[in-house]
This record gives sequence, structure tokens and C-alpha cells, in this order.
Amino acid sequence: MISWSNFLSQFFNGLASGALLALISSGLTIIYGTLGVLNLAHGAMFMLGGYAGYVAFQATGSFLIAVIVGSLFLVLFGVIFEFVIIRRFYSRPPEDQLLVTFGVGMVLVELVRWGFGSLSLTVPPPAWAMGVTPLGFMIYPTYRLVVLGIAAVALAVLYFVLYRTRLGMIVRAGIEDSTMVGMLGINVDRVFMLVFGIGAMAAGFAGIVNAPVVSLTPDMGDAILVQTFVVVVIGGVGSFPGAILGGLIAGEILSVTSMFNPAYSEVMLFAVMTLVLLLRPQGLLGLPSRE
Amino acid sequence: MNFIKPSRRTVLQAGGALAASAALPRFAFADDMPPIGTWPAGSQGSSVTIGAAVPLTGTYAAQGADELKGWQLAVEHLNSGDELIRATSPKTTKGVLGKEVKIVYADSAAKPAQAVQAQGKFISDDKIVLMTGSTSSAVAVATNHFAQREHVLYFCGISGSNDTTGKDCVRYGFRQDFYGQTAAAAIGPVLIKAFGKNRKAAYMTPDYTYGHTVTKAMNDYLTSQGGWTMVTNQVSPLGAPDYSNYVTNIGNTDAEFLINVNWGHDAVLSTQQAKQFGLLNKMKLVVPYQIPFLAKELGAETTQGVYAATDFWWTLEDQNPLAKQFVEKFQAKFGYRPEWGAESAYTSIALWADGVERAGTFYPPAVIKALEAGNHNNTMVGDCYIRAADHQLVRPVIIVQGKKPSDMKNPEDYWQVLEVVPGAPLMQAPDAFGCKLGDYT
Repeated sequence: MISWSNFLSQFFNGLASGALLALISSGLTIIYGTLGVLNLAHGAMFMLGGYAGYVAFQATGSFLIAVIVGSLFLVLFGVIFEFVIIRRFYSRPPEDQLLVTFGVGMVLVELVRWGFGSLSLTVPPPAWAMGVTPLGFMIYPTYRLVVLGIAAVALAVLYFVLYRTRLGMIVRAGIEDSTMVGMLGINVDRVFMLVFGIGAMAAGFAGIVNAPVVSLTPDMGDAILVQTFVVVVIGGVGSFPGAILGGLIAGEILSVTSMFNPAYSEVMLFAVMTLVLLLRPQGLLGLPSRE
Repeated sequence: MNFIKPSRRTVLQAGGALAASAALPRFAFADDMPPIGTWPAGSQGSSVTIGAAVPLTGTYAAQGADELKGWQLAVEHLNSGDELIRATSPKTTKGVLGKEVKIVYADSAAKPAQAVQAQGKFISDDKIVLMTGSTSSAVAVATNHFAQREHVLYFCGISGSNDTTGKDCVRYGFRQDFYGQTAAAAIGPVLIKAFGKNRKAAYMTPDYTYGHTVTKAMNDYLTSQGGWTMVTNQVSPLGAPDYSNYVTNIGNTDAEFLINVNWGHDAVLSTQQAKQFGLLNKMKLVVPYQIPFLAKELGAETTQGVYAATDFWWTLEDQNPLAKQFVEKFQAKFGYRPEWGAESAYTSIALWADGVERAGTFYPPAVIKALEAGNHNNTMVGDCYIRAADHQLVRPVIIVQGKKPSDMKNPEDYWQVLEVVPGAPLMQAPDAFGCKLGDYT
């Protein structure tokens, strides 16, 4: 049943779901690239963005406000998380960083479960983005098309901030040599706190933008965390363009493989990751020094 | 030759130890009841403990929490000698054989390894006399084999796979829920009658024992009896974060029915996304094995008209006084009407208690023989009995159909009970799936 129209529709679906994966993964890779911390609470932060947006939506009925609240709440959370916990772990071994972020992730998930229960909650898309849009080769949920656009714009904004602004320059310099940046009179601590906030915001933004596509459950970050790790490894750990490329590749692998055998689509994702690790350990767009 | 001469102190200590051991209570074991599993250690005190490994996190968390409440209510009713539990276990007075019942539980996340590890800890720490819990048939099957190895009884919780009391059945394992095969045999005729023969169906299947056996059972029935065809089978991993690729494949077929075998939150998400992709406008949704909270999470707009087979739905209270009591008592305690996971959990404990009371001992082989005796129990779904050859409860299947939002009499009135189909005529021979129970000791 592999027809031209099926291939086209899966290819398109891969692109749309890949863009979302890229957006979620970008936060993970920005934090790792700048601070060297592999944030295992990223999936939980993604979930938290969705729930914060849900609360705002319930209170106001506005999806736009939900997106703003979901993102800002995570900036705030990220900044506090960095200030209270993460900065005490920069000089500690990576295992400690993994354990503390993993632990914080668990606490967040269980706090949300305690407050909201395990039953799933839904945030409807804005009225103008409901329903389906015919694309010729398939009909596609209108909101998913919107998400594709939102993800592209958000990634472009992040790219601009990181590569075309003074803050971005400091961040990238900080990645290379934070001591030297500090000697130049720049408050590296504050920059790092801000970077963590931006990474957290990317997760929270993705969480609330994704909310109408899925339904919210406290555990929703778990499976996403695994996929974002695969994305980041394929694209190159710490590389922002790598996260975008990795996201799109992962989306395509999941979609296109499912056309041949749906049971193998997740397996194929890991197979490709293994292949990348064997042939180019630093990832497709990663720098060897950062592997 | 040097002999070590015991000092006066050593002699006194040894003498003291001997005297102390003589003063300890001595348990005379009848020769036909040698120690086995946690027997007799688990039932020597004034209380006995049940160990439950239940998913409180992950895809099946909501269903697991409901199930846990069913066990907790059953334990409370055993200890107070409530008339509801005594209806199923008539010899019960208070507790089980006069001993208070306690329950310990742990999160299994619906993962077999985590569940078995938790039960292992309960066996060594709490000397549990009964294991329960699953919600995933993968857990049920793993715990079955663990129960047989450890010689500790196991009444699984939610489990719909044909393997649980089929090829993976064990002497120490029992199941209250029906086979997926039985569900298919009950809902199949309803579908063929409602929609006719020679229809095309797309399946969504979770990639483990439950999914594969239920999909096969449904497809076998509809193909052989109604000439239906399976146009695609979308197999997905447990807890998939997105179903768009599977749904896209189904959208590219000419299926008229979407038979969704996914369970827990997977069923919610896959159905929602099928709807988002416009599939539910051109194909009818069928849920072979109803899922607790599905209608609540999806909304009645989506589940209206949907056919499903289930173990229990609360409106059975109109037909069965025990169901009415259960719904009232559960709602008073937990604030909502119970789903079938809670009913299944409650009934399992009641059946076990009845087995122990009739055996007059916690000695596992004796309890197993009492449960195998073909005794009929009155339950919330009517008369039931355990089949000795595969340890499967013979019980009715409830066929329900989703109500329209305008027909709902209260916010939990999602399903209308269409039929209570007697189980025995639906069931295959006990050895049809290769069940070999194994030894008593």
C-alpha cells in the first residue's frame, strides 16, 4: 500500500512532526552547548510548559495568553532552577549533573500529578486553526500546519538571538572559554542563568504549542525526552543547527519507516542514531571538540 | 591432640540459647503442608498482607490508580466484614480466617521488570500471602511465572491478553478479566449485526502481548464470521508520544472502521489524533476492550455510538443489587463512580478470600485446590466460577455503546449497557491457547 500519495503524506507529516521535535530539542542543545549540563529535566519542563499554559487557558480562554504564560513561566522556572541548583553543579562530575536534573524532573512530574491527577487534560487549538486543511495529496489538521509555521519562526528567532546579537556572541564565546569571557568584564554567571532561562523557555513554549496536538499527562515528557536525545545526538550535541537538522531527520525516519512497517519506526530511529555514532561520533553538525 | 575446652561462660550462653529456643512458639506442620513460598511465615501473625504492583506513573497511571482503589476498598470490606464482600465470599466474617488483611503497593509503571522487583521485595519484607496488580498483560504474564517460581498466589489485575490464562498460565495464577478472545466473540456478532458483512477495518495495536492477541482475536472473528478484511494494522510502542504517522497510514486506506486496540493514555491520544486527521468523519471507531476513563478523557462527542466490550459499567446497578452497593460505597469513599478496573480488583480479592475461607488455611496448594473446585460465586456481574483447567473466571461480557451527549443523565453517564453476554458459550476450550498449569508444589 505504498503509493505515491502515501509517501508524500508521510514525508509531509515527517516534516511537520520533525519541526516540533527540533523546537523541543533546541532548548536541550542550547543548555548543553553553553553550560555543559545534560538536562534530564528537559522532558518535565516541556510538560510543565503545557500545564502552565493549560492553567492560563482555563483562566482566560485565550490560546495566545496560554502560550505566553507557558513560555514565561518556564523562563522564570529555568532562571530559579539555575540559580538555586544547577550553578552548584557546573564544577561537579557529569554523573552528578545527570542525577540532579533527573531527580528534579521526577519531582516536577509527581508534583503535577499531585495537583492535576493522571487523567489527560486538553487545550483546544484557537478556533481559526481547528479542523482540517486539504493539501491535495492528503488532508492535514490545520493546527499542525500552524505548528509547522510557529516552530519555523521560533527556531529562526532563536537562531537570530544566538548568531546575530551581542548576547548570542557572548554566549558562544562563553562556550569556548568562559574564564576569558569573565576576564573581559562580562558577568558570566548572569549570562549562564539567562541561557538556562532561554533553554527552559524553548521547552515550555514547545510544551504549550504542542498541547492541542496531544493531550497533557504528567508523563508526557518521558517519551519526548528520549526522542529529543536521539535528535540531539544525530544532529550534534550542543549544535543549534544540528538540533534542527536532527529533528527533521527524526521526524522523517518515524514517518517514512511507519509506511513500510509501523512497528519498526521507533527502532529505526535508534538504528540511525547508532549509525551516526559509529560514523560521525560528534553528530552530523557537531564539532569534534564538543563530542 | 588439643581439645578446645568450653569455658563456663560459653556453656552458660549455649544453655541460655537452648532454653530460649525451646520457649519460642513451635509450629507443628502437618506432614502434608510443608513450608512453601511465604507459608507459613506470612500467616503466623494476627494479620496477612497482600502485595500490589500497579502502574501509578506512565501510560496506564490513571487506570492503575482506579484499580488500586478497588483493592483498598475490598481490603477495608474484608476487615469490617461488609455485606458486599460477604455476598461473594459467604464464609467471610471479619478479615480472612480471622486475620486482619493489609495491603502494600508499589508503582510498576506497567513495566514487567519493575513489577516483579516490587513483588520480590514484598515477599521478602512483608511475607505477602497474595500478589495482585498488572494493568498491562506483559506484567501479568511476567508475574504469573514469578508466582509459580516463588509459590506465592497471584490474582492478576487488569489483563486482557489471551496469553495470561493461555500459553503463559500457571498453577499459582488466576484471572478475573475475560480473554481478549472472549471479548472478540462477544462484540463480533454485535458489529456484524449492526454494520453487516464484508467491511474493511484498520487496526491500531500496541506492540505487546495484549495488543497482538486482541487484534488477532478480533480479526479472526470478523474475517471468519463476517468476511471483514484488515486493510492495515498499525503497531505502535507502548507510550508513543505521537500517532500522526500511524494515523496518516490509515488515512491512506479505504478502511470503513477504525478498530483501536490501544489502551490507557495511548488509546486517548491515538483516537484524538485520528479525529484531528479527519479519520473519524469517514470511519467508525470500535474499541474491542473498553478502557477506564476513555470516554471521560475523549468526551462523549467522540465516543457516541462507539461499541465496546467491557467487564463492568456502573449502570449495571440497575440490574444487579451488588453492583448498586459497590457503586454507592465506592463513590462515597472516592468521590466518583468506579470504572471496571476497580470492580475487577475488588472481585479478585473477594474470590481469593472465598478460596482461602473454603480451604480453611493459607497453605497455597490447598487454596488453589479450593479455587479450582468449581465453586460458583455471586458477583456484581452475576454468577461466576473459576475454570479449573486454565484458572480463568467464567464471567459475562458487557457490551456497551457510547451515549450521545444529550442522552447523558449525569456527567459520568457515558455508556449504555446493550447486553450482558454469558461468558461460558463464548469461551474456547481451556487448552486452546496451550495452557499447562504446572505443579502445586
